[in-house]
Amino acid sequence: MKCRVCRAPAVVEVRRHNAGFCPGCFVKHCSDQVARAIEQYDMLQPEDRVLVAVSGGKDSLALWDLLLRLGYRADGLYIGLGIGSYSDESGAYARAFAEARQARLVEIDLPADFGYDIPSGSVAARRAPCSACGLSKRHLFNQAARDGGYDAVATGHNLDDEAAVLFGNVLRWDLAYLGRQHPVLPGGGGFARKIKPLIRLGEREMAAYCVLQGIDYIVEECPMAEGNRHLGYKAALNDVEVSSPGSKAAFLFGFLDRVAPLVQGTAEAEREGLHPCPGCGSPTVSEVCAFCKLVERAGGSNAASGSGPG
Amino acid sequence: MKILLRNPRRELDLPGPMVVSALLARLEINRESVLVIVDGTLVTGDARLADDATVEVRPVISGGAA
Repeated sequence: MKCRVCRAPAVVEVRRHNAGFCPGCFVKHCSDQVARAIEQYDMLQPEDRVLVAVSGGKDSLALWDLLLRLGYRADGLYIGLGIGSYSDESGAYARAFAEARQARLVEIDLPADFGYDIPSGSVAARRAPCSACGLSKRHLFNQAARDGGYDAVATGHNLDDEAAVLFGNVLRWDLAYLGRQHPVLPGGGGFARKIKPLIRLGEREMAAYCVLQGIDYIVEECPMAEGNRHLGYKAALNDVEVSSPGSKAAFLFGFLDRVAPLVQGTAEAEREGLHPCPGCGSPTVSEVCAFCKLVERAGGSNAASGSGPG
Repeated sequence: MKILLRNPRRELDLPGPMVVSALLARLEINRESVLVIVDGTLVTGDARLADDATVEVRPVISGGAA
């Protein structure tokens, strides 16, 4: 197979584009796709400060690398989740990346800063581990971005992630979640602006980008995620994709172009009932926010909330 | 060929030569869900694997429900 751009031998095949790429042209392809997503969805201005949610995995490290390549002022935020050696290893990859690029990495450690970890905290709070993890990360990334004066939080959600989330939301016809599913979530009312610059790139492309750029990342799956629904949705969509390349992109971008505008009002209506949580000041529709409830049930302490370790 | 698989990590020995796409079909692995790396270099589905190649089949699917 030859590179579609320069006809050199290809090392990566992207079947939905019916194309192969050599290393140099593939890296440019990824950079171009991120730049196009940023422009298409008006994610960032050139002078903006961005906080990248870094996990030590391929997507977040590739995202951080791509934003730095494109010239954005991008710092990283890593959250230690207390998942044994998995957290130790993923944190080491995040630190090594930051050090190699002389980039700023902010760190929060759930056990040290909030007195709980995901494995035991999720059991105590009677939540699925991925639910407790996602809730903790969303809250802490939002708070750190607000406290640090960042213009946006960038997450490594890629085309496969978003297609899988959409698949789950459609299976349940969850209009509130469908109304919130967009590459940009506006800031205001206690929320930091959230952007997903990898929306035009697949999971396989992000792993290939890391290999070609020499970015070491944690390859092993999180031990808490095994068997979760989201991974099942991804497998189901890949079964369709393998016989019909481009199906995932058509599913996601068809939704964003033609359906999302019809359901956005649902999410806007939800924001109207928000007020600051008395515990931490974060926006919530409940008496106390979900994060403060999680910390309390997990036996931790939310004393750091409000000032924020970031 | 020495084949390294992950999640869980394990090794297989298979006779070569073989084309990458045929190897993935034999292992019943969806080509959309992995990268194939031979001696540290990415290869495409039509690449021919030599009998003495060391081949990593690296999964690319990740993520919780967050």
